[in-house]
Amino acid sequence: MRRNQLHLFFAAGAVLALVHLGDAATAWDKKLKSDEKVQHALNRLAFGPRPGDMDRVKKMGVDRWIAQQLEPSKIAESAELTARLAPLDSVRMSMGEMTAKYPPRQLIRAFTNAKAKGRRNAPAMTEEMKANLERLASAERPRGLRDMAPETRREALAKSAPQLLVTSELIENKLYRAVYSERQLEEVLVDFWFNHFNVYLNKGLVRHLTTSYERDAIRPFVLGKFKDMVRATAEHPAMLVYLDNWQSVDPAAVENMKRRAKRAGFDVPKRARGLNENYGRELLELHTLGVDGGYTQKDVVEVARCFTGWTISGVLNDPRFQFVDRVHDKGEKVVLGRTIAAGGGQNDALEVIGIIAAHPATARFISRKLAQRFVADEPPQQLVDRMAATFTKTGGDLREVMKTMIHSREFFSEGAYRAKMKSPFEMVVSAVRAVNADVRSAITLSQSIDELGQPLYRKEEPTGYGNTSADWVSTAGLLARMNFAVALTQNKLRGVTVEPTSLPKDPALAFGSPEFQRR
Amino acid sequence: MSTRRIFLRDSALAMVGFGAAPAWMQRAVYAAGESRRKKILVTIFQRGAADGLNTVVPFREKAYYALRPLIAVPQPGQSEGALDLNGEFGLHPALEPLKNLYQEKLLAIVTAAGSPDPTRSHFDAQDYMESGTPGRKATRDGWLNRLLPRDASVSPVRAISIGPGLPRSLRGASSAVALNTVQNFRVRDEAAGMALQSMYAATQDTELSGAGKETFEALRLLESLRAQNYTPANGAAYPAARLGASLKQIAQLIKSDVGVEVAFADMGGWDHHTNELARLPNMLREFGSSLAAFAQDLGDRMADVVVVTMSEFGRTVRENGSGGTDHGHANSMFVIGGPVAGGQIYGKWPGLNQEQLYEGRDLAITTDFRNVLGEVVTGHMGLPNVGKIFPEFQAAQARIGLIKA
Repeated sequence: MRRNQLHLFFAAGAVLALVHLGDAATAWDKKLKSDEKVQHALNRLAFGPRPGDMDRVKKMGVDRWIAQQLEPSKIAESAELTARLAPLDSVRMSMGEMTAKYPPRQLIRAFTNAKAKGRRNAPAMTEEMKANLERLASAERPRGLRDMAPETRREALAKSAPQLLVTSELIENKLYRAVYSERQLEEVLVDFWFNHFNVYLNKGLVRHLTTSYERDAIRPFVLGKFKDMVRATAEHPAMLVYLDNWQSVDPAAVENMKRRAKRAGFDVPKRARGLNENYGRELLELHTLGVDGGYTQKDVVEVARCFTGWTISGVLNDPRFQFVDRVHDKGEKVVLGRTIAAGGGQNDALEVIGIIAAHPATARFISRKLAQRFVADEPPQQLVDRMAATFTKTGGDLREVMKTMIHSREFFSEGAYRAKMKSPFEMVVSAVRAVNADVRSAITLSQSIDELGQPLYRKEEPTGYGNTSADWVSTAGLLARMNFAVALTQNKLRGVTVEPTSLPKDPALAFGSPEFQRR
Repeated sequence: MSTRRIFLRDSALAMVGFGAAPAWMQRAVYAAGESRRKKILVTIFQRGAADGLNTVVPFREKAYYALRPLIAVPQPGQSEGALDLNGEFGLHPALEPLKNLYQEKLLAIVTAAGSPDPTRSHFDAQDYMESGTPGRKATRDGWLNRLLPRDASVSPVRAISIGPGLPRSLRGASSAVALNTVQNFRVRDEAAGMALQSMYAATQDTELSGAGKETFEALRLLESLRAQNYTPANGAAYPAARLGASLKQIAQLIKSDVGVEVAFADMGGWDHHTNELARLPNMLREFGSSLAAFAQDLGDRMADVVVVTMSEFGRTVRENGSGGTDHGHANSMFVIGGPVAGGQIYGKWPGLNQEQLYEGRDLAITTDFRNVLGEVVTGHMGLPNVGKIFPEFQAAQARIGLIKA
């Protein structure tokens, strides 16, 4: 039951009465007052207001602020943010640079094993890299990390546990940007789209690929063409590893290769090689058409066939997308009733992306999901239809879809106002912004978000996190929110400082309150 | 939209001075008036679609070995072979602790069980299983929530799940508590806690006032348990990983007699599209030893307890191209407890030959999962009306016979 549809109150004599405040259709017609409008914009298109934001936006006008937010590249970044991002060098590295400087455990292990067995066919690398691996192989896990200053901690991790440094900087990057970036809408959208094309940090090599994934396959496209984002994620090593497509090959091609190898006198390993339908299914179900988008099990297999050979080169030392034609299924495929001619090579999958990105089911599915994040748990169908029409008319231009939504009557209506529950990430970031906290280490904030139920980059399932109040309202979640409010406002979070003067009266109550859990 | 926060439950406990009453008196409230101890149902969801065929191995099936040349579990007697149960089926060797439960007749297994809906989507299949209405997306509440009567005098922790969020199975009109750990179930600043409690009681936000009420009622009740340093009984050793930790909390709550009737725990990470040979044994080891530790810890109390395991669907009979398996259909379910007619394997085995497979690729379903749960609901929990819990479901004529008469 939505709170603004139902009001409970006690009349004299403790009679519980239910009063219906008009039907849902009218709530979507009722406009917000001008202050409410400003607050609504800052709660939905940003991670909540910082002190002074309300006045600033009011002065410049909500519409102008929105127009600016829709063109993030033209907004200058704050000094507060640039200073905090400066030490995080891994967030600017390519995947190759990262594996060289902060090698994954798998590479350290492979290096040690190869050395122990006296093998010389280890991946090509510089003497410097080898020396680094040598050092790391015998490094001990540092103690007392919790008490170290950020810079000391960074150095200690680089020398002993680079995989933790990479994760830590990835999370710091996300939190600093959410708290301090002037490009708030972009940060909100990066959070939304990463979750839509979710990958799981703790699956194999994904940890070292996620930084690039978010930066190179998600961020550039959040206000661009949807199709480009589908392609960028499809080709990205993080997605190729996470949903296993890098191992998916045409079984017939592999049999042929084995036969030839045998004839030539080689030992053929008994390793499994063949089709893997994991990515094909999630691409249709979760990324584009939606589960009710009208595809069949046959379509899943056909899509998987189209994507055979989409894999990774330099897996351990310099991961890059690679198409390997000799393991690609060369036969004809039929996807959603459309024939993809034999012999298309890498184009088979590009054709699939073209078909599904332009499919009306995708327009509806994506529009509804956006409206559910930005408007209400059950967004009005009419709004979703208008957004889907824009999606189709503009070839999936996400900036245009956002404009249709934001400039709709439903967006700034009583039906939408404070109707959404904040996710744990949104709750924590909005509280930190509200008190203008000085965040010097984001680790404790990340731990708080874990406790509230949304470990960052660690949603194992490809569905990503849910987006409705049912996903976030629970007794454990509520307690964690209250405890976070207490810790933040009593300055008990290491690395996060709040000036007492910027606190409201009864601060723990302000941020633990029911009102603050909504946006 | 949530339907669970409805104020039908004016706590009778409040009338006996709930907040002020000492712990023993609070507990006595739940013990009093009960001629017998509560029946308890524990459900475990294996998220990601566990590979039932490598869990309960049909080792007489030639097709099993033909279709899984790399990942099949060898026949009993061979190295790393299945643990023979009845000459036809065997447990994965990592499930040794469960074989003991089977021999003690505490464990029953239902093979070829599952949801009849053909979906191979994790999300939809979990949703259908947890709502208890396959194929119907409009169902708002979960099957476990429908099992709870909206009774005024129940314990605030009669329904619990371990973890930060409330699972779909427990969502609905009756209250249910999610907790991470008993130790941390509190507001760290007492004064703030009191003030927040009044704030949530006064808010017009019905969804949050309902959740707030549940939170503070449960908090009061668990107050005395928080300080306890819980030691499992009978030398039970829980694995440290999540399922072990969850079951340990559940055991502590059950043994504390705070009124738990329904408990829920998750174990994720079963979606093995690659390299199953390396990944499945560790998962099964954790799964089996957690369940076994729970049974050992509860000891005699298992007479009141039934544990049921489920997973959204099974996996393809044929291994895929990466030493894993893709999304399939039927799976096996474990039913454990004192009231269980254990030491047997139930369910008609549909066979693994090509013509016997569902859609030519998956193990067919011969037992609807609602028949399994339905027998637990009636036979163990004593609720006659399964139709309320699984609406529109025609239970099979012949009973499986999972619960002892």
